[in-house]
Formats: sequence, structure tokens, C-alpha cells
Amino acid sequence: MQEILFFVLAAVAVLSALGMLLNKNPVYSVLLLIVTLFSIAGLYVLLNASFIAAVHLIVYAGAIMVLFLFVIMLLDIRADVEHINLKRLSRILALLATFIFLGETFLIIWMSLKGKAAFVGLGEGILGDVPSVGELLFTKYLLPFEIASVLLLVAIVGAIILAKRKLRPEPPAA
Amino acid sequence: MQELIQAVQNSQTFLSGLSEAALAIIFFVLFGLVFATVAAVCALVFVYLERKISAHMQDRLGPMEVNTGIPLLKNIGHGWAQTLADAFKLLLKEDIVPNAADRRLHLIAPFILFCAVIAAFSVMPFGEKLVVSDMNIGVFFVLAITSFSVIGVILAGWASNNKWSLLGGMRSAAQIVSYEIPSGLVVLVIVMQVGSLRFNDIVMAQAGGILHWHIFQFFPLNLIAFIISFLATLAEANRAPFDLPEAESELTAGFATEYSGFKWAIFYLSEYANMFLIGIFLSALFLGGWTSPFGSLFGGFFDKPGWQPVWIILKAVAIIFLQMWLRWTLPRLRVDQLMYTSWKVLTPFAFVTIFGVGLWMLF
Repeated sequence: MQEILFFVLAAVAVLSALGMLLNKNPVYSVLLLIVTLFSIAGLYVLLNASFIAAVHLIVYAGAIMVLFLFVIMLLDIRADVEHINLKRLSRILALLATFIFLGETFLIIWMSLKGKAAFVGLGEGILGDVPSVGELLFTKYLLPFEIASVLLLVAIVGAIILAKRKLRPEPPAA
Repeated sequence: MQELIQAVQNSQTFLSGLSEAALAIIFFVLFGLVFATVAAVCALVFVYLERKISAHMQDRLGPMEVNTGIPLLKNIGHGWAQTLADAFKLLLKEDIVPNAADRRLHLIAPFILFCAVIAAFSVMPFGEKLVVSDMNIGVFFVLAITSFSVIGVILAGWASNNKWSLLGGMRSAAQIVSYEIPSGLVVLVIVMQVGSLRFNDIVMAQAGGILHWHIFQFFPLNLIAFIISFLATLAEANRAPFDLPEAESELTAGFATEYSGFKWAIFYLSEYANMFLIGIFLSALFLGGWTSPFGSLFGGFFDKPGWQPVWIILKAVAIIFLQMWLRWTLPRLRVDQLMYTSWKVLTPFAFVTIFGVGLWMLF
């Protein structure tokens, strides 16, 4: 049962990710990305990490993708935007990212062949439920957690400053 | 779910020969169908209630004409079959798709909304054993899966290729994303007190009569939390006074302008299913869920398991009545007032309740 689910979810994730890249209509791309994220959340559930799965759904599918859709619709980018002119710098960066990703993949395969990497089997994970995530965040990973929250705070303050840059006299509220 | 599969496999019926995977798939499809059907029936009942309640609030009679049609009883029944007739009318209507619309997205948008709402029912506790999947992150799952509804709404707005639709979809996206914050925060208040995200744990923490309900604990913090939760979920369901996405005087029908027939019925269905979902959700969190309000009075008679679905549905209907009452009492908010309410009123108060309950529990 779990194996079948895993392969179905993995296939959907890969196919929708490919579709996202190959589709010319940005709205369809966002939708296919949502499908990808949804199937990855399913994979988390298979690893007993249901909390991570729910957070994944709320943050990515519920918030960030809505923001993407919002921007695409407001700018009214249609399918006839054919030629996306890649600057030389972004081409180099894309190549670099591809190599890093491929390197990581080969490293993982190599380590697993040598028996050095520990893998979690389907339905065996113990690190994804609420108590264990909370405990890890407040003990072992306290510093990164706090740094991340300060970073988020800075981002929020920055967003407010950017939004309020052209201060007008406020309309009478309520 | 596991227990049910086990029970079927151990039974001596023709189903016992099937594998676990096959049974699981059969049950998932079955539960999905049951919930979709229940949602449709509920929507019929609630639409009728809404029309009747609004009529009586405005000193009218509402639908009176469509009854059984049996000769002697012709005029008795207060028009109970009106929504049934309306539903048939909607199903028989022509499905119009505008020429300039994106046909595929126009088709799937209502169903994304509907699926997001129906999926949340899978963790709703209708009784101690009457829950499809009592997962340990139940409350969080509801928040996660219902956040998909906004995608359906803005897609409907964009795919229709109509300015009113697009504006309605945009408004809805801004509104739902804003109001998710207070509604998610106040859930924390209850989760802190119970120490669990599982719905049945939350309900069982309130067992023992009306005075043990969360709404009356930590007075007045939980009461404030309930009010915040009620208002925020009302806004997330796009109900009046927060129904700006479909404000008919400005936007015709908002994101649903270009929809007709069956697809429009799906939008309608999702709205009323969403109201029912909110009713169940709020009563499980604050109003004791499936426990009886009488506790051990009457010899514990009302605490018997058979009453559990009755209690939670009664409480849900009470909350739905409150939603309708507000709709027919209050005028619609302006956009800036809407944002003001979410960010400057509800969110700070939600933080205050979390902080207050935390301090209270500490000392």
C-alpha cells in the first residue's frame, strides 16, 4: 500500500514539475507547481512527518503560491510571452545550480552504495510529529531557529517600510 | 480507518477476501461520496433556512409556494421544496463558458474550492468513533487544506476573463490570506490548554457539561478567542458582512459572475458546506464538540454515544444561525475597513489572548 502510494506520488511530483517547467502559460505553471508541492506533502506523510506535511501545505501551497498567482494575474502575463531572454549572468547561475544539484544527487547515491548514509524507510520516520519538531527546534537547533525568526522579522519590517514609502495622509479609518 | 479495515477483513462477507490496499481505496471513495452527498443535502437545507430566516427578519414570508403538490396538503409546508426545485433548475440550465475564458481553468476552479472544503470534513469529529481519520494534527490539517480554497476562488476570477470576476478573485485572495492569520492564531489558544492537535482530545477535554466548555474557561480570554475565531472564519467563508468578493452592487457577482448552471451550483454548495464545516470546527474547539451540555444530569442519559452526532450538529446549526443572523443584520464592510479589522483589531487581540492564556497557565 505504502509502496504504491509512494510511486504514484513520486511520479505525479516529477511529471507536474516537468510540466511546470515546460508550460508556457505562467498560471498553468503555478498550478502544476502546487500539484508538485501537494504530492511532496504526501511523501512527508508517508515518512510519518504529518506535521511537516501540513506546514508545507500552509506555507507553500496556501500562502506563497497564492502570492505568485496574485502577481501573475495583476501583471497579466499571458501565454504569448514567448521568448524569455536569459541574461548571461543568470545562465551561469543556472548552470552552477544544476551542477550543485547533480553533485548532491551523485553524492547521496554514492554514500548509500557505500552504506554510509542512513535512510528512513516508509512509515518509519519519528522526527516529523509535533513534539519532536518542537523539541529539536528549542534544544539542538535553537540558534538557527532564532536566526531564522530574526530574519523573518527583518523581512516583515522591510516590507512595511517599502509599502509605506509614499506616505500620504491616511484616510479616516473605520 | 485501520480498525474498520481490520473488521471488514475479519468478517465473513464477500469483502473479506480483498487486500488492505483495495479496501482502503474503496473506503476512501465511499467516504468521499458520502461527504459530498451530505454536503449537498446540507446545502439544500441551509439555503432554505437562510431564505426563511432572512424573510422573517425582514417581515416577509419567504418561499411559500413550492410544496408537495398532494391535493389536500397543497398549501402546507412553508415552501419546503423550493430549494429542491431550484437545484433541479440549476442542473438543467445551460452551462455557459465565455469565449475569451480559459476553458480548462474555468472548469476546474469550482471543483478546487469544493474539494478543499470537503477534504476538511475527513477529520471532523461527529462522535468519538464517528470520524474518518482522527489524525494527531487534525486542527492543523483543517487550516492547511482549507487554505486551498483561495486558489479555487482566484482561479475562477482569472479564468473567467472578466474584470469583475478578476477584482472579486483578487479581493477574495487578499481577504482570505489576511484572515487566516487571526483564525490560525486563536486555534493556538485552545491547543495550548489541551496540549494536543487531535480533535477528539480537544473535545474530551471539555467533557462534563456546559461549564467545562472551552468558551467558559479562562474567562474572558477564551470568549474573546471564540469571537475572533468566529469573525475570522466568517470572513474566510466570504460571508456577509465580509462578502466583498461577490459584492453584488459593485461587482455583479464577483468571481462567480461568469458561472452558470452546474458549476455555479458547485460554488453555492461549497459556500454552505464551508459554513457547516466552520460550525463543526468551532463547536469542537469551543463548544464541547460531541459532548452533551448536561454532563451527568439526567443520570448521564444525554451522554450516551448515540447522542454525540446530534449534539455536535445542533451546535453547528446554532453557529450557522448566528452567521445568517449577522448577514441579514449588518451592512457590508469597505475594503479598508476589512483590512483594518483583520490586522489592527483581530490579530492584536489574538496575540493578547495567547499571551494571557500562557501567563494564566504558568501561574
